[in-house]
Amino acid sequence: MIANVRIWLADKLPAWIFLALLLSIWQWAVAQEWVASYLLPSPLQIYQTTVELWPEILTATLSTAQSISWGLGLSILSGVTLALLFFAIPIARRAILPFCIFFQTVPIISIAPLLVIWFGFGQPTVKASAFIVSLFPILANTLTGLQETDPQLKELFKLYKPSIWQLIFKLQIPSAIPYILTGIKISAGLAVIGAIVGEFIAGGGLGSLIDAARTQQRVDLVFSGVLMSSGLALLLVFTIEVISRLLLRGRPYLRKP
Amino acid sequence: MPSIEVQQLSKCFSSDARAVFSELSFSLSLGESLCLLGPSGCGKTTLLRLLMALEQPSSGTIYIAPALAMHMSYVFQEPRLVPWRSCLENVLLPLELTAQNEASAKARAVDLLQRLGLADRLRHFPRELSGGMQMRVALARALITQPKLILLDEPFAALDERSRFRMQDLLLDLKDRLSLQYVFVTHSIAEAVYLGDRILLMDNLGRTRDWRAIEFAQRNQLLKLTPNFNSVVQIYTQLFGEIEQSMPASIHVRPAR
Repeated sequence: MIANVRIWLADKLPAWIFLALLLSIWQWAVAQEWVASYLLPSPLQIYQTTVELWPEILTATLSTAQSISWGLGLSILSGVTLALLFFAIPIARRAILPFCIFFQTVPIISIAPLLVIWFGFGQPTVKASAFIVSLFPILANTLTGLQETDPQLKELFKLYKPSIWQLIFKLQIPSAIPYILTGIKISAGLAVIGAIVGEFIAGGGLGSLIDAARTQQRVDLVFSGVLMSSGLALLLVFTIEVISRLLLRGRPYLRKP
Repeated sequence: MPSIEVQQLSKCFSSDARAVFSELSFSLSLGESLCLLGPSGCGKTTLLRLLMALEQPSSGTIYIAPALAMHMSYVFQEPRLVPWRSCLENVLLPLELTAQNEASAKARAVDLLQRLGLADRLRHFPRELSGGMQMRVALARALITQPKLILLDEPFAALDERSRFRMQDLLLDLKDRLSLQYVFVTHSIAEAVYLGDRILLMDNLGRTRDWRAIEFAQRNQLLKLTPNFNSVVQIYTQLFGEIEQSMPASIHVRPAR
């Protein structure tokens, strides 16, 4: 037990010490007026602003979190479904996948105005923006996972003449699980970006809060917004990790490195 | 009426112009078990895969009596266990895929695993088992469908000597009790002599020699290093001309069952 704590401390402590050091230097530098506090507010000031405006920040954070959940949820659902479709019907893959790749190369910031025209201001556009940027990694990863099934296991299954559904659900999807999870983790980070970008254009949530704070020269509030959005991304990755562990229930789907 | 009849069988992989073997013919009567014996690369596995229809012959025909063909099983050279399924679930896989997973199946699988010395490993995943244990699970998976003909590709090569002897005896026992017929690939002369009613010697030049164990003497006599057993070694030495000098002396023939 004590040995475990020691290992954990040895692993994590350096980062925490570095963070404390960084914050102290930052606080000290601002206190010494080496940097103007309206350009770089001190950590303490950012904390005070966050506490002061907590109800507004929380509302904005929850709104962004909701958009991200919708966008990412839809991406997972449609990404996995599309990958299965492309895998089962190769001609569909050859016909549609190139356009998916092309679509992926278009920067979300350039499509966002178009989304506002189609979906209007507010959450629908934000959800659509989060969905669009997070779809491709899940689609591409799932497809790779389905195609990378161990040929030896495929041959084993072939001995028993399985139906296409047995093959997909008992072999190919379980084989693709590590790939799907990696896709979801990449997409989670992108969905946060997509939502914030969407909010810059369509309003609402943390994006709007950051943008409004910028126009009012409230750099401390900008920092609060930035911290909340990265906190959101971390929380999302953590939640995905917990859910995937619960779903896998200790089964060794993931290959040994 | 033969149970298996191979006529003028040739196999040539397109990437390799040289035939693995050509115009190979033999037939087995009902209940007769065959060992395919020869050095690495002589085509034993290829012949076994052709019998299972995992490969297509370049020319020639393979006949397997319908009663056997309907109930065939195959054990690969490596265990090929599904990594995310437990021992027990791996054994039950063929029944799930062929929709024979009735209530009694689980009890049968547990019984089989017990007989193979894996009673305390039912819930373990393949990565938690040694290579030999994994191979025994693979054997249980092949036996769970109650096959009439089982094709085995060096299944006991990875086992320690004691387990190997036990598995060989188990196979002979199944042959006696359930009239299980098998084709067994090995490069061990002792194993071939112990397990085969017939031995098909193969060499790297595509030559074969069909050898009937029963013709030599009583099997049990044969296994006590009789002159007859030495003659097997002589045939082998003559045929391949590459057996090591020390080979006859180093072969330990186990006492009869």
